[in-house]
Amino acid sequence: MFKEAVIDGLWKQNPGTIQLLGLCPTLAITTSVINGLSLGLATMFVMIIANSSISPIRRFVPDEVRVPIFILVIAALVTVVDLSIHAFAEPLYKALGIFIPLIVTNCIVLARVESFASKNPMLPSFFDGLFMGLGLCFVLIILGGMREFLGQGTLFSGFDLVFGQSLSGVGINFFDQYSGFLLAILPPGAFLGLALLIALVNWIDQKD
Amino acid sequence: MNDFIKKNKIVGRTVLVMIIFGIIFSTILEFVHNKTNPIILKSEAEAKERLLLQVISKDLYNNDLINSFIDIKPNRRLKNMEMIKGYVARNNNEVTAVILETRAPDGYSGEIKILVGIDKNGNILGTRVIKHQETPGLGDYIDIAKSNWINIFTFSSLENTSQSEWAVKKDQGKFDYISGATITARAVTKAINEALNYFKENKLKMDINV
Repeated sequence: MFKEAVIDGLWKQNPGTIQLLGLCPTLAITTSVINGLSLGLATMFVMIIANSSISPIRRFVPDEVRVPIFILVIAALVTVVDLSIHAFAEPLYKALGIFIPLIVTNCIVLARVESFASKNPMLPSFFDGLFMGLGLCFVLIILGGMREFLGQGTLFSGFDLVFGQSLSGVGINFFDQYSGFLLAILPPGAFLGLALLIALVNWIDQKD
Repeated sequence: MNDFIKKNKIVGRTVLVMIIFGIIFSTILEFVHNKTNPIILKSEAEAKERLLLQVISKDLYNNDLINSFIDIKPNRRLKNMEMIKGYVARNNNEVTAVILETRAPDGYSGEIKILVGIDKNGNILGTRVIKHQETPGLGDYIDIAKSNWINIFTFSSLENTSQSEWAVKKDQGKFDYISGATITARAVTKAINEALNYFKENKLKMDINV
């Protein structure tokens, strides 16, 4: 059960490269590693709590109206997360506050709730949320890294804004004079980058 | 007839379940909102105070800046819908600078709120975006947390920059912008220019009132 969740979430059913769900934030946010990582972590957190809280109440939800009820639960949970981060972790909120409400519209959250948590007990649902979220997080980081490197010639810039001043040295600047490659930062760059990633994953899968 | 009752039973049950879920989760939200709202309001006020200190330097004044303000009525320059505060910095009772809050209603995704610090001669001392919803990674460079772009306005005034120069370079103006997010820079530039115009028109009134 645990091993299955790991393999499915990280590779076989990866939300970003195989299921291709939740593409809107995947494409919009991944302009740098830190943006990808921040949204990835926030989404993972929401997926974990959404999966684990819907699984125990799945018996009470009539089949006919399950989707509106799932959306209601997810939206309420995301709002709770949003308000709590705003109140208790203000620096974090400033850096990724604008992304958090977007998670409600991320169909990967609903997809996992609908296809997994509504049919399985709580613990497997928890692992499903954790590893699906982690899988998505990895894709966001890799895509963010590709676009940041090509677009700005840097990697890991801005980590100190999210995780505190102690990390201000982790940003790497690869070129002294780099005018930037705008296409990588703009939305088309996201599509091209994701296409390359998917092609790579398919190529590796075909080799076996 | 039996079918009718059966059908309505299902409808009634689903409606009931939805109502119950609605009540449970709105109660949770209400509870969390009540718990977090005072903290959020407080941290927003503190953040604003910190911002005030960013747009003018500390050696310019020795008064209690936060409590030294004038009320500004809604007007077309600053585009405020309700009364807002304009902060007045004084050194030994002589006005040295004012801090105005101006709005750009024409940002790429909604209104942008900007604080502008202006010295008594009409030069910009500093500018900060305090609220915006611009595209993350694209238009959000106006935020000091993301880039230093907003500082390009410092030292500009209506005297050293003509009205036609108060625009981004794409519109033959003087100010840089990041391509791909021109609308954002254009809106901010215009709003800051409006703040200077407001200051010029109301300078005397402010000095007399304070």
